[in-house]
Amino acid sequence: MKPIYMDHHATTPLDPRVLEIMLPYLQEHFGNPSSSTHIYGEIAKKAVEAAREQVVQLLNAQNPAEIIFTSCATESNNMVLKGAVALSKVENPEIITIATEHKAILDTLKRLNRQGVVTRLAKIDKYGIVDLDSIKEMINDRTILITIQAANSEIGTLQPLRSIGQIAKEHNIPFHTDAVQALGKIKVDVEKDHIDFLSISAHKMYGPKGVGALYLRKGHRIAPLLDGGGQERGVRSGTLNVPGIIGLGKAAEIAGSDLTGEADRVRQLRDMLINGVLERIDQTTLNGHPTLRLPNNANLSFSYIEGESLILACKAFAVSTGSACSSETLKSSYVLKAIGVPDSLAHSSIRFGLGKSNTKEDITLLLDTLEKNVKRLRDMSPLYEMAQQGIDVDKFEWGEHKH
Amino acid sequence: MSTFEYSEKVVEHYENPRNVGVLEDANGVGVVGNPTCGDVMKLSIKVENERIVDAKFKTFGCGAAIASSSMLTEMVKGKTLDEVMEITNKAVAEALDGLPKVKLHCSVLAEDALRAAIDDYRKNQKNKH
Repeated sequence: MKPIYMDHHATTPLDPRVLEIMLPYLQEHFGNPSSSTHIYGEIAKKAVEAAREQVVQLLNAQNPAEIIFTSCATESNNMVLKGAVALSKVENPEIITIATEHKAILDTLKRLNRQGVVTRLAKIDKYGIVDLDSIKEMINDRTILITIQAANSEIGTLQPLRSIGQIAKEHNIPFHTDAVQALGKIKVDVEKDHIDFLSISAHKMYGPKGVGALYLRKGHRIAPLLDGGGQERGVRSGTLNVPGIIGLGKAAEIAGSDLTGEADRVRQLRDMLINGVLERIDQTTLNGHPTLRLPNNANLSFSYIEGESLILACKAFAVSTGSACSSETLKSSYVLKAIGVPDSLAHSSIRFGLGKSNTKEDITLLLDTLEKNVKRLRDMSPLYEMAQQGIDVDKFEWGEHKH
Repeated sequence: MSTFEYSEKVVEHYENPRNVGVLEDANGVGVVGNPTCGDVMKLSIKVENERIVDAKFKTFGCGAAIASSSMLTEMVKGKTLDEVMEITNKAVAEALDGLPKVKLHCSVLAEDALRAAIDDYRKNQKNKH
């Protein structure tokens, strides 16, 4: 039997309604929307424009021309950062962000740093929430962009978008947010939240992989990454991924309707999971904020147990860990590190990303599995034994790091 | 890392680890690793006439670390101290039908624990005399 999927921050299954609407565009409606002198192109163009309108609705954008279709949110993020820097006339321009951003932001900035761009990391608290005063203090006449995610993919922490947007607006600095985890879970409104650029991914909201979008507020310009046929108002050349875009549109429409009902249902499951673990298993901690978090995210640390070993024990569930031992690089989660979680606890963390397919019964089974296996693995753990003897394993003098 | 990247033997040892615990009458104990690195192994051995007659382990670590620990205890039991000196991390990994490349350090942990437990035993013997 396949494990129960609880890794919805990584990706989500395609909604059957999305698949259904995409299929004709993979077959009979194969036209290129940029070549609409005939019926083939015209059908494709109409469908793409309808999808654009669906994205407009989800974000409360004002104008369909503000939506640029891309291949993924990583591309959207790269476009904004590199595109804003390319057009900037400021010497050593500064970009304000936070340490818990996705690598598509952090590594892009790292590359830009080599061209003289300066990354300013605003302070975050122990939940990962940005300190608004810290943003204000960092703003100066070289600041060209503020980029702060809507929600974190590991710990689920939600950022105060509206307050950040307000600050950005007051200082006349464009505000970008990577909203891939938030869309369909919490309301993001580019008008009310004063957002100038916003990155979208289809596959994080039950759409297809290989398609994303960038919201680009009217009046703001960025240099394109790709030059070519001048599609998407010249901002993103390349023949449009018509079936993908149509899937993204439908996924956006469904995501909008999920904000009532489905988000609440998943939030109840999340709370059942978090409260169940904290009440039934001692020495467990919740990473991230108790309430200002994605309705589908629970990130928990089980002290004295290594995350991967617990995941192996929970083989009926597909989940992920912040432990080094599950990654190719053997580095533990930089997000947990950034919010001050000690390495030993980072190794003991598991991320549960709930979604539409999960039920109350799944959570009941998960809690029973966790309780049983945490006990089994702690009985096997020398750290738990030490803790029982009153030794603080974080202060104990261990030998040097071997790897 | 997920179960399908491990050999069946690793998964079997992870799920049914042999010789878990601490020997009450151990005369050699080795603790190696570091929780900040994500693995710690405690090996306790009972040596009689230069032969390991019993061994138990406790391990904080991933599936490969637990399986390596379990396999090590099986490999050392009944062997003389000279014989176990021949046991390398490679031998532990091979006995498990191999470990994923990024997990080879887990078998090093097992070898280190064995060396530490024997050192501890030697030290205890010296102190006796």
